Parts: sequence; structure tokens; C-alpha cells
Amino acid sequence: MAQADVPDPETIDRELTMSRGMVEAIAHELRESEDVFVMGEDVADYGGIFDSTQGLLEDFGHDRIMDVPISETGFIGAGVGAAMQGMRPIVELMFADFFGVAMDQIYNNMAKNAYMSGGSVSVPMVFMTAVGGTYNDAAQHSQTLYGTFAHLPGMKVVVPSTAYDAKGLMHAAIRDDDPVVYMFHKRLMGLAWMPAPDGPKTGVPEEDYEIEFGEADVKREGDDVTIVTLGLHVHRALEAAADLAEDGIDAEVIDLRTLVPLDTETVLESVRKTGKLVVVDEDYHSYGVSGELVARATEGALDELEAVRRVTMPDVPIPYARPLENEVLPDAGDVEAAVRSIHE
Amino acid sequence: MYEEMVTARHYEERLQEEYLEGKQPAFDISAGPIPGELHLAAGHEASGAGVCAHLRDDDTVTAPHRPHHVAISKGVDLKRMTAEIFGRQTGLSKGKGGHMHLYDPDVNFACSGIIAQGCPPAVGAAMAAKKRNTDAVAVAFLGEGAVSQGAFLESLNLAAVQNLPVVFVIEDNDWAISMPKERVTDVEDASQRADGFEVHGERVDVDDAVAVYEAAGEAIGRARDGNGPTVLEVQLHRRMGHFMGDPEAYRPDEDVEAAHERDSIERMERHLEDHGLGDEDLEEIRERAHERVEEAIEWAKDQPQPDPEEAYEDVFTDELEGWPERPDKELAAADGGEE
Ligand SMILES: Cc1ncc(C[n+]2csc(CCOP(=O)(O)OP(=O)(O)O)c2C)c(N)n1
Repeated sequence: MAQADVPDPETIDRELTMSRGMVEAIAHELRESEDVFVMGEDVADYGGIFDSTQGLLEDFGHDRIMDVPISETGFIGAGVGAAMQGMRPIVELMFADFFGVAMDQIYNNMAKNAYMSGGSVSVPMVFMTAVGGTYNDAAQHSQTLYGTFAHLPGMKVVVPSTAYDAKGLMHAAIRDDDPVVYMFHKRLMGLAWMPAPDGPKTGVPEEDYEIEFGEADVKREGDDVTIVTLGLHVHRALEAAADLAEDGIDAEVIDLRTLVPLDTETVLESVRKTGKLVVVDEDYHSYGVSGELVARATEGALDELEAVRRVTMPDVPIPYARPLENEVLPDAGDVEAAVRSIHE
Repeated sequence: MYEEMVTARHYEERLQEEYLEGKQPAFDISAGPIPGELHLAAGHEASGAGVCAHLRDDDTVTAPHRPHHVAISKGVDLKRMTAEIFGRQTGLSKGKGGHMHLYDPDVNFACSGIIAQGCPPAVGAAMAAKKRNTDAVAVAFLGEGAVSQGAFLESLNLAAVQNLPVVFVIEDNDWAISMPKERVTDVEDASQRADGFEVHGERVDVDDAVAVYEAAGEAIGRARDGNGPTVLEVQLHRRMGHFMGDPEAYRPDEDVEAAHERDSIERMERHLEDHGLGDEDLEEIRERAHERVEEAIEWAKDQPQPDPEEAYEDVFTDELEGWPERPDKELAAADGGEE
């Protein structure tokens, strides 16, 4: 649910792309505190391959917007070390798919140091990374991997779907004392070379505001079926819901916004109302977000549950050719079909 | 070598044209006949040709995200490679891999789009050759930006301690996307890194295919004779953006101009002319190369698109029981049970 003390994006005239929303929050925090800095490949002169740091170099210089060698183990681990000194690094991994070369620093240091130290140290860093397919970049550059990061304890995991959420979640992420994985979908950023669907460009307040972690947002209310999703697929689900509405099927669309912590309560409330749950996730089908949501719904609302469907990426590496990627990537039609299959 | 170089150059120019078709005037990466990102290697031809001229089909090559010139020189099937880049069913990987993931086991060629991650498999291929007592060698190509990766340094060390027949070819084009070389390393000459591992290191300072050929001959000879790994660095130039669609706003104009001035192909032409080849001979080679490229592109564009169902094949060598690769199949079963 949107917080009461922040304005509704629909009442704000100024619209931003999702990347501008993120960058505005980062710039604000860079001005507020000398402890904040940005580090990653091509974040300075290029402005981030997906515009996630566009324009920051001009205002803050190379000391605070740091391009680094292609050495993810080195610089992500250095982010951990700087964070343990009380700095607030924002470290970018260009594509989530590249996590493998640095997983030890991410999983064994960034995520676990607070716990292993019995709480005597903390790692207040933001680890941001681009996710998602839809442009045929094949198996090593198109994964979503929400489940991989959310599965490993010790990191908060944030996935914005609109410019408004992107800004508020980024403020909260930078101010958070724990490591936060901030996963943005390339297709939502508003890049000139990769058109976004309608939706992620929203009204964004000039001032700073936080979106609290663990508060899902009901992006569309409805009585017949609950669609739970995140990232790009919020927009696909809304598109499906609009089509379904023409046939008198009233879908509720819940945008999780954060996976860790997960707002189970909002999901359960909705499922208790509709009795039917469809989970949509661009990540792999097995052992991931969709299974987790279904498990929570089962544990919390078994009596009210009448039907469950998952719309996910099948368990295959993401193929390159268009007909193949289209086959495996869930789209609005797949969401619609899943809803119809359980709505009589 | 010259023929391979002009084939590679013309191939890149033609791919550029094809790629941009349907992406103009507004560049949309998901439009046009060639899917996904495209990293072209125009300006890199000297290394592919000079190194691979010494290689046999049973020698292994691993290439990075910018693989076409190396693939052409290694003898990868040009038609099937092109079909793969166009995402067609008869492509090298049936349309599943794409241009950064080309596999041709007939000539032992493989790729990885993750930086420096072709190095460890090259070491593994060398290990296999040594265990089987053959004199095959392995060559890993990587960019100068990739030498900061652990995978390169770990591979170099492993190859050194086990005295494996591997050559690491560093293609130094001065840039790693927007990062100029001097901002990512304080070592001017990446082949110096070899010193720290007591491995032979060498640098070819100009994009001169003949000089590369000579240096690579020594390195590959050393590997074949059981005398261990070499780091061979080659100065090249990037004539285009990092990927197609890269506006290169970070790159000074002088640098782009310099890259075009130092053309390895023109240098090779002068060399051949000095050795008695006439204009006509060169023209004949160029024509042959162009024809081969056109033929491959025409053939590739005529090939069928893969059938969507094929997306589910090849994940494992056998079909697995109880593996729900297709969620809807699983659902069909569940619904059946209800009735
Ligand atoms: C582990 C990893 N990190 C980052 C990237 C993104 N990336 C792709 S190419 C590239 C630059 C490579 O530069 P270099 O090795 O010099 O090769 P060049 O592109 O100049 O041929 C980067 C950073 C990647 N593919 N893999």
C-alpha cells in the first residue's frame, strides 16, 4: 500500500522515466552524505549501460562516480569493505547474469558478515544490477534471477516497476543499514534504444521520500482473481487485467516491490477475497519466487484457496532466436490465459 | 591470411548493414533481422588471422564476446555461423546461442560472453591434450580489459604450474567499452603480467598481421613442443562502437580517427605488394572473400526460423523424467488428476 505521507504519483505533473527516478535518488543521497559513492563498470563516462547513473559524473566527478576495471570480485568485495567502514557504496554489476564471477563476495561477505559477526558489523551497501530479457540477448545476458538473490539470507531484495517506486526504493536502499540488492529491469528504464511499455514512466515528486521495504502495492484492485508479480511483469499483468475486464473478469494486481522482506499479508488478504492466485515471474519456474508465493498462500490461506497458477520462465536457459525467446518469456497473453484457466 | 582478414572485415561491414536494417531511423535493439546485441571486430583482424594460421582443427580456440574474426580464421563454418547470428534453425546452435555463443566442435571453437571466462576452458582443453598425449594446443582470446579478471590470472597460473600448452592472446584495442586502458591498469604492457608467473610474455606493438604471425608461431610452437604457456599481446584498434548502437560519446574524435588510420588490412596490402603481389591479385582475393560473405549471408537469410517447441530441447542430453521444463505440461497433468 502506498504510504499516506507521500503523494500519489497520479497527482504529480512531473513525469520521469525509471532511470531518471533512480538517478535522482542517488544524486540526492550523494549530496547529503560524503559517505555515499558509486562504483562499477562504465558508470562514469558512459553513465551506466542502462542509464542507471546517467549524468552523475558531471555533478560529482570521478572520485565519487568511479569507473573500475572489469573485476567484479575485486570491486564488489571492495564495496563490502568500504561499507564495513561505515561508507555507503552503491556498487553496480552491469548484468545480474555476471554475478557468478563475484558470488563469493556477494554471498559469503556482503550477505553474511553482519550475521557472522554477531551483529557487530554491518554492510550498508546497495548492490544494483540490470535484469531481464525481451530483446534477444540470449542465455548469458537475459536472466532475471530474482529467486537466486532472494533465496540467500542476509540481503534485502528490491525490484521497482515504476519511476515513482524506483526513486522511493532507492532512497530507502541507500539509507538502509543492510546490504540491499536493487534489481532493475532493462525494459523499464526508458532507454532510447529499448522502448519501455506504458506504465513505468510516472509522476515523481521533486523531494526525497522513502518507500518502505515489505510493503507490496496493489496496482489494480479486483475481486475475482489475484495476480501477484513484480518488475516488468507488473505491466504485463495490468495489460492482461485490462483485457480480462472487458470480459467481466476483475483481476487484482499486486506488485511485490520487495522480495526480502516479502509482504505476505497483502497477498493473503487479496487471496482471501478472490480465492484464486496467479503468480507471474520472469525468473525460472522451479525453486523460485513463484513457488515461494504459492507456498505462503497455501500456508496462510489454504481454506480460501480455490485455484493456483504460475506463469514463469520454464526451466531452460534463455534462447537467442526470437521465436524461441518469445516461446519461453511470459507475456500478457500467457497471464490472461492462466487467469481464464482458473476462472469459470 | 590476407584473405581471412578481408573476409572478416567485409563480413563485419555486411553484418552492420543487416543489423541496422529495421533499426532505423530510431534504434530499437529488439527490431530488425539480427536479434540481440552485436559486437563487431573491425580492426581486430590481424590477431585472428595471425594466430589461427598456425592452428589445426584439433587445436582449441575459445573466443570472447567479439568472436567473428577469430571464428573465420579458425575455420568455423561461415554459413552456419551466419545462420546462427540471424537466429535460424540451421545455425551452429540451432538459434539458441547467438553471436556471443558460437560453438563449432568440428574445429574446436567455443565462446563465452562473460569476460575472461573462456580462459579456464582453454586450460581444460590443453589438459585433455596433455593427458591424451597429443600435441594439440589451446588458445584463449581475451581483451585487454579482461586481464583484470581473476579467471585470466587463475588460468595463467594453472597453465604455468602444470606446464600446459595454452596461449593467451590479449587483443589490446585500448578500450573496454568506455574505459580507456590507462584507467584500468598501471601496467602498460599486459604481457608483463606473464613475468609474475614465470611464463613467456610478448607484445606485438602494431596491428601488423605478419608480426603477429611470427610471434604466434613461436608461442604455439613452444606449446606444441611441451614448453608451456605464453601470453601474447597484440595491439589492435576498435573501428566501431563497443556494440552496435553505442554512441561512443566517451571517446575522443582523435582516437576514432587514429583507429581508422592504423589499418591492419592496408598494412597487409602494402606488405603483399612489397612481396610482389599486384593490384589484380589483391582484387581477386577481395572478390573471392566478398563472394563468400555474400553467399553466407544470402544462405543464412533463407534459412527457416526455429520452431518454438525447440526451445525445450537440448537442456540435457536425454529427456529427463519428472523435470517440469514446461510448466503448462505439468498443469495439464494436474488438471487431468482432478477429473
Ligand atoms: C564478467 C563480465 N563483466 C562485465 C561484462 C560486460 N562487458 C562486456 S564486454 C566488456 C568490455 C570488454 O573489454 P575488453 O576485454 O578490452 O574487450 P573489447 O570489448 O575491447 O574487445 C564488458 C565490461 C561481461 N560481459 N562480463
